[in-house]
Amino acid sequence: MFGSLPVNGEREREREREERADGLCSYELTRVWLSRSRGILGDHRLQREDLWVRDGKILNPEKLFFDEQGFADHKIDCGNKIIAPGFIDVQINGGYGIDFSQATDDITGGVAQVAKRILEHGVTSFCPTLVTSPLDIYHQVIPQLKVKDGGADGAGVLGLHLEGPFISEEKRGAHPPRFLRPFSKGGVADLFETYGQLENVAMVTLAPELPNSGPAICELARRGIAVSLGHSMADLSQAEEAVLKGASFITHLFNAMLPFHHRDPGIVGLLTSDRVPAGRTVYYGMIADGIHTHPAALRIAHRAHPAGLVLVTDAVTAMGLPAGRHTLGQQEIHIQGLHAYVAGTKTLSGSIATMDMCVRHFKQASGCTVEAALEAASLHPAQLLGISHRKGTLEYGADADFIILDDSLTVQETYIAGELVWRK
Amino acid sequence: MKLIILRDYDEASEWAARYIRNRIIRFKPGPDSFFTLGLPTGSTPLGCYKKLIEYYKKGEISFQYVKTFNMDEYVGLPRDHPESYHSFMWNNFFKHIDIRSENAHILDGNAPDLQKECQDFEEKIKAAGGIELFVGGIGPDGHIAFNEPGSSLVSRTRVKTLAMDTILANARFFDGNLSKVPTMALTVGVGTVMDAREVMILITGAHKAFALYKAIEEGVNHMWTVSAFQQHPQTIFVCDEDATQELRVKTVKYFKGMMHVHNKLVEEP
Repeated sequence: MFGSLPVNGEREREREREERADGLCSYELTRVWLSRSRGILGDHRLQREDLWVRDGKILNPEKLFFDEQGFADHKIDCGNKIIAPGFIDVQINGGYGIDFSQATDDITGGVAQVAKRILEHGVTSFCPTLVTSPLDIYHQVIPQLKVKDGGADGAGVLGLHLEGPFISEEKRGAHPPRFLRPFSKGGVADLFETYGQLENVAMVTLAPELPNSGPAICELARRGIAVSLGHSMADLSQAEEAVLKGASFITHLFNAMLPFHHRDPGIVGLLTSDRVPAGRTVYYGMIADGIHTHPAALRIAHRAHPAGLVLVTDAVTAMGLPAGRHTLGQQEIHIQGLHAYVAGTKTLSGSIATMDMCVRHFKQASGCTVEAALEAASLHPAQLLGISHRKGTLEYGADADFIILDDSLTVQETYIAGELVWRK
Repeated sequence: MKLIILRDYDEASEWAARYIRNRIIRFKPGPDSFFTLGLPTGSTPLGCYKKLIEYYKKGEISFQYVKTFNMDEYVGLPRDHPESYHSFMWNNFFKHIDIRSENAHILDGNAPDLQKECQDFEEKIKAAGGIELFVGGIGPDGHIAFNEPGSSLVSRTRVKTLAMDTILANARFFDGNLSKVPTMALTVGVGTVMDAREVMILITGAHKAFALYKAIEEGVNHMWTVSAFQQHPQTIFVCDEDATQELRVKTVKYFKGMMHVHNKLVEEP
């Protein structure tokens, strides 16, 4: 598949096309040297470095040189652009007219369609997110949505993010109240009764103040599923208890939780809690679209706890649709700039920001470095999911999922497993 | 002998790099005739490598048909240790240019049979047709490669125990911990370098001034192994003003007076 890689010069491109047609070269033999780039490597700094790729992984060229006496098969001149790990979106409800929670006959097709389209936003893997739904939807949808490697067909699926139904009624937000559920059978049994299975689940958002949430948190954490606190009335001590049991994430900080209060900071207080065990980090999702979180609140969170900031889009059905009026399900919506309104009203119908927009807005609003902005959308979500040895990084041996950006952080090219999958 | 005196380190580095560039270009290397280049490590040649990389990136030279032979490597230090000369060459030169791995030769300080490794290295140089240009630096005690004071001036590539001065000087690269500094190295011999058709020695900084004086104004002496090159027919010493501190005024004046001639060697080809 290397044939789709860009190479300087029309002649080389011509030759590549010929080789591809003849099937002379196989991808396995291809070593690609991306030169003249600035990438985030090692110590969280943009460095003038070349990136080498082979067999879908990032290659240590020194070992290639000395151990294998090898050299690049192709060289790509990146023209001084930035190489960053591909973005990871751990909270996305749909887009391009598709709602993952509206089970149709073809839910995998819907996810695949979004997976393909978000390549242009630099997203190379994501967690399709299901909001609170009736049991039959869970039982129908969850078994179908399997963890899947990314590729030319679209961004990889890291596993589902199940947001609800074990959440607070008071802080349910847009979740339909009639489908909310308590942990009435001790916690663990409720998980299985509701979700059916947990094999392809990467994250569960729940409210820790619900009775019996403890066993559920422990069970999910034990299975390597990230437990996120959100849509919750929890005070700080309840949130800290949940962290001690294994919770590691906060769903869209500030939204759908108690507002920060100086005598009980609530879940927000986790950002500066001294009860988080040494060596553990509590991560928190941020919808940095400039609408769902005020820039000042964004700065407060970032300055208090920069290492935990994870950019999420929390995008809904309307993300990616052009401006104007659209019919989505039973609802009419009107898209105006970054706002998606219920038609005829000023009621926001959810976030329609794309990940690359969020990265740019976050950088501009927080005044953070380019590196910090890029890592909030790549390294941090990978760390949160416990996959930072292969995703969200450009370290040797990691998956070659990366993007090429210009200095304004506009995505120019997206690669998955070393293969060009989207180009501006 | 030519003595090239430049104002400072940067100018000396650039002069040396331009000289190497021009030698490679005029040699017209190709698949049947590789240019063979001997290379040093250490802080002195860094500026020269940077310039060569620049020339490569500008498209002025290619290393596709260049074979390199490095002077030395520590014994027993893992190849990917940041202070190994493999790492040095990779990070400061090889990874930036188009040289092929099979043409870049560095002694293997972890070879099972070190003596054989050294003999093989000499054979590889011979098979490549000898070295066209050997570039070297020196220590403040006048050692070239790891040919410490007292080394035979006709020595060949071999295992060498490092002098206390060298170990102490290197401690700063190993967390200041003397026990971590390798005590042995593989090194080309003085005779190996003498066999090159041309030798260029870079000497910069006031701390090398006495060594430069010993190298060119006193007699050939195995306690200052670099002085052996007084007997080489084609040697160029490239130095900065600071390194000339211990030289006689007339030596400096004589060679400075010839700079307009020597600078022709580094004009754009």
